[in-house]
Amino acid sequence: MTTAPDFTLCEQLIVAASEAWRANGELVATGIGPAPRLAAGLAKLTHTPELMMTDGEAWLVEDPVPLGPRGYDDRKAAGYLPFSRFFDAAVWSGKRHAMVTPSQIDRFGQTNISYLGGTYDQPKVQMLGARGFPGNSICHINSMFIPAHSKRIFVEGEVDMVSSVGYNPARRTPGVNFSRVDLRLIITDLCVMDFGGKDNAIRVVMLHPGATFDQVQEATGFALEAATEIKTTPAPTAEQLAIIARLDPHNLRAGVIKDNPAGKRN
Amino acid sequence: MNKQLTIEQFVASLKSGMTIGIAGWGPRRKPMALVRAILRSDLTDLTIVAYGGPEIGMLCAAGKVKKLIFGFVSMDAIPLEPYFRKAREAGGLDILELDEGMLQWGLKAAAFRLPFLPTHVGLGTDVMTHGGFKTVQSPYDDGEVLLAMPALKLDAALLHVHRADKLGNIQALGPDTYYDEWFARAADKTFVSAEEIVERMDHSYPEDARANIVERCFVHGVIEAPLGAHPTSMPPVYGWDMKHLKSYADSAREDGGWDRYLAETVGADEAGYLDRVGGKNAVAALPLPIF
Repeated sequence: MTTAPDFTLCEQLIVAASEAWRANGELVATGIGPAPRLAAGLAKLTHTPELMMTDGEAWLVEDPVPLGPRGYDDRKAAGYLPFSRFFDAAVWSGKRHAMVTPSQIDRFGQTNISYLGGTYDQPKVQMLGARGFPGNSICHINSMFIPAHSKRIFVEGEVDMVSSVGYNPARRTPGVNFSRVDLRLIITDLCVMDFGGKDNAIRVVMLHPGATFDQVQEATGFALEAATEIKTTPAPTAEQLAIIARLDPHNLRAGVIKDNPAGKRN
Repeated sequence: MNKQLTIEQFVASLKSGMTIGIAGWGPRRKPMALVRAILRSDLTDLTIVAYGGPEIGMLCAAGKVKKLIFGFVSMDAIPLEPYFRKAREAGGLDILELDEGMLQWGLKAAAFRLPFLPTHVGLGTDVMTHGGFKTVQSPYDDGEVLLAMPALKLDAALLHVHRADKLGNIQALGPDTYYDEWFARAADKTFVSAEEIVERMDHSYPEDARANIVERCFVHGVIEAPLGAHPTSMPPVYGWDMKHLKSYADSAREDGGWDRYLAETVGADEAGYLDRVGGKNAVAALPLPIF
């Protein structure tokens, strides 16, 4: 029996995150940030080849584009999906599943990337603005990737500015069609969660080896549910690690989680 | 018919208090030469509509902006625009924060001369809470409640493209033309700066007519501005100047940093600007960004 190679926790999370896109079919898989982008590429190159993907600029590619410096023309375009067509073709049509890293998430799955603290007129910390989050969240599937699970991110009350729609009944304006709100997975450095609890409550479905439910709860600002059977996050296979390494030749994934810890086997 | 203007004539045709849309996307193909002309002018109390990049920070730092209507403000590799942050965190800047899709929808409503266009987007979020948007109900059997995105009517729109002719035919060659055409159609007056101006597009570049992103009836002035997107990107010709953007961003942390940038870099004129940022050859050779 051959010994499986060593791996990092980040690589283990990338493999777990790629599961978000399993069997999604023909839609645009968008991973924002190094780990989600590698996870989307891994999904396309392994279990879900039908996925569509861009080079991050304007072109649809069938070979996921490696991260970091490369020749500008290295990526070969199979199709065209510029920002000028993005809302028509991918977002408002529901043909997309994005994985993002918001600054705050609340118990309803509402997220914030706009500002922290203060008020709308005078925020304490101004961030990006709502970007495409309101539209993404009401039109297509979304997942999240959080490299440092903490109460600063998983906040106790509502997020400071609701940038994306979640499952908060108080914000369900009567008559509005919220049926396309579809939050799937949250992958963190401790666990994998979904929205399969009571009334779409966030629930722990998988723990990384060595992590406990209590530890996850302790790092979360609201009460979590637990799946009936919590699984243990699997170790990456040699094939998965090789694909990740090929898609990330400059090892940008080493900077995703503080100190780039090793992954663990069960 | 000759729509060519000098940069001085362009800036003289704007007025304080106007609502001005700035095309491009973040640090990509922004009409920076035109923005710098505004920075050097006496214009004030502007309402600016944009998918914002460094031009937003600069206009805020220079005290030109009364109200900002935006989907985001970012310089991509430098995610947070420092002078925009400063302006927001100081308070007093009137804003309307939009989803990216809502912004182009509001431009389209203006272009189609509609009071609003319906959308799902914004509902259930604080963009709705703070934006003061109203809803409409579908008159059909579904009866759905939708957000009514009001028209974003612009007094002026500013674009930067590769080529223009004196009649107002323009060509944008990059891989993405963003929402430039909708900024143009939403505006009473559209001013387009170009890397190159020719007499007649059909005499010079007829083979690229598909790059004509908006019809010339929506173009009111064309201004020659070689390398006029610097420090933002102008694919396929030149990339953004991340070193410049980094030093601009760093200046926000220095005492008098903006005043120095304005005096020493923006300076008195556009011809001198290119020399101050390293010269034409260096700017023209900036590599295209990798995503």
